[in-house]
Amino acid sequence: MSMKTKDLLVKPILENNPVILQILGICSALAVTSSVKVSLVMAIGLTLVSAFSNFFVSLVRNFLPNSVRIIAQMIIISALVIVVDQVLKAVAYDISKQLSVFVGLIITNCIVMGRTEAFALKNPPIPSFMDGIGHGLGYSALLIVIATFREIFGAGKWFGIQILPTVSEGGWYVPNGLLLLPPSAFFIIGIIIWGMRTWKKNQVEKVDFKIAPNSTTTQEIA
Amino acid sequence: MANQQTAKYTIMVTLIMCLVASVLVAGSAVLLRPAQVANKALDFKRNVLSIAGILNKDQSVEEQFKQVEIKIVDLDTGRFTDAITDIEKFDQNASAKKPDESDKLTTEEDIAKIFRREKRAKVFLVNDANGLSKIILPVRGYGLWSTMSGFVALDKDFNTILGFGFYSHAETPGLGGEVDNPKWKEIWIGKKIYSESGEVKIDVIKGHVDDATADAEYKVDGLSGATLTSNGVDNLMKFWMGDKGYKTFLANLKNGEA
Repeated sequence: MSMKTKDLLVKPILENNPVILQILGICSALAVTSSVKVSLVMAIGLTLVSAFSNFFVSLVRNFLPNSVRIIAQMIIISALVIVVDQVLKAVAYDISKQLSVFVGLIITNCIVMGRTEAFALKNPPIPSFMDGIGHGLGYSALLIVIATFREIFGAGKWFGIQILPTVSEGGWYVPNGLLLLPPSAFFIIGIIIWGMRTWKKNQVEKVDFKIAPNSTTTQEIA
Repeated sequence: MANQQTAKYTIMVTLIMCLVASVLVAGSAVLLRPAQVANKALDFKRNVLSIAGILNKDQSVEEQFKQVEIKIVDLDTGRFTDAITDIEKFDQNASAKKPDESDKLTTEEDIAKIFRREKRAKVFLVNDANGLSKIILPVRGYGLWSTMSGFVALDKDFNTILGFGFYSHAETPGLGGEVDNPKWKEIWIGKKIYSESGEVKIDVIKGHVDDATADAEYKVDGLSGATLTSNGVDNLMKFWMGDKGYKTFLANLKNGEA
């Protein structure tokens, strides 16, 4: 594996994570992370869609008229997402019921569209494919971390296996119900972003707008 | 390469892309259809078993469903009928939409807001060593946003509820969607539908039912924050257990005349 391919695959996981650095794909990261199993399926779905849409967009990039390029990307992404949805309904009906609209919403997941627009349009198919996988993995890694935290402390389970015996089942752990609700993922993502930026200082953005002190005093206006 | 800025070229490229994408989508939908239909059928059976309270997660659903006998009931006469030959394939909800297999309901009759009532219903009987032990009846009615479809499981006295739940609805999650809450579904177990004189007496009330009151066994807690959904549940229960629903059939069954 060349150095470049490795970069494409690994960099989006820690250094250029789509969720925690680029702040993309937050919506589904909040919605599906209440259990690890569902998150894993969602992550696999997104990784596949991202990789293949990057691949196909890159394949046709030299033929695409500039005026319709966004629509063309949408067609490719939507077609792939529908295929993923159909496959899930056929082989994993229960999980597809739990994911409900979120598989369909991969279409609007900013990570997919963002990568086809930013990378696939300017690079050959194979590196684009790798870039798609890389960003899919970055998203997956974060999803699994959040889901692990939420499922263990919210339901006392991990992958459906009892880790902390809950009070309702005769154990000692009182589950934190908030962690099963989508807003809790906001706090967790926030804490992860804070931690990442404390550890890797280069991820901190430059302040691009500063609130200036008042340029006039109230007395002058009066 | 052709000039990429002309309108003709743009339209051509878009058309070709749409064509390829549609073949991909249609192909996958057609190829995977059999597996999806099978999954849906399995899910339906699992719902029947789970609402009747006889679902064992460690055994295959198909295997467990063998103890369930499917029968078609003529709702007007209240008797079993042989009019349908392929019982497995008979879809009650689809039947309700066919003019020759259903009757239009008048506004007074249609308390559950289902517009048309099918002439035949598909019911599920569970037998044990002593004969019939449970009967599972499909019910449906309009809540706040959607038609809620579910099952009621009755004991062999054809009056006591053994289980109640919906397999499909689109009520507000967290409010009306709480019809799926296992704790709420548990409240239904043991409640009775008909009074001594045979009237439909089951009632979804506002607030909490005090078990000490005289007719607590006919009353079920409403869902707070979901008055219209609770009313919908109340209405559909009254409709399907009433004269237009299964009342005649259940009476016949009790007298051994079904």
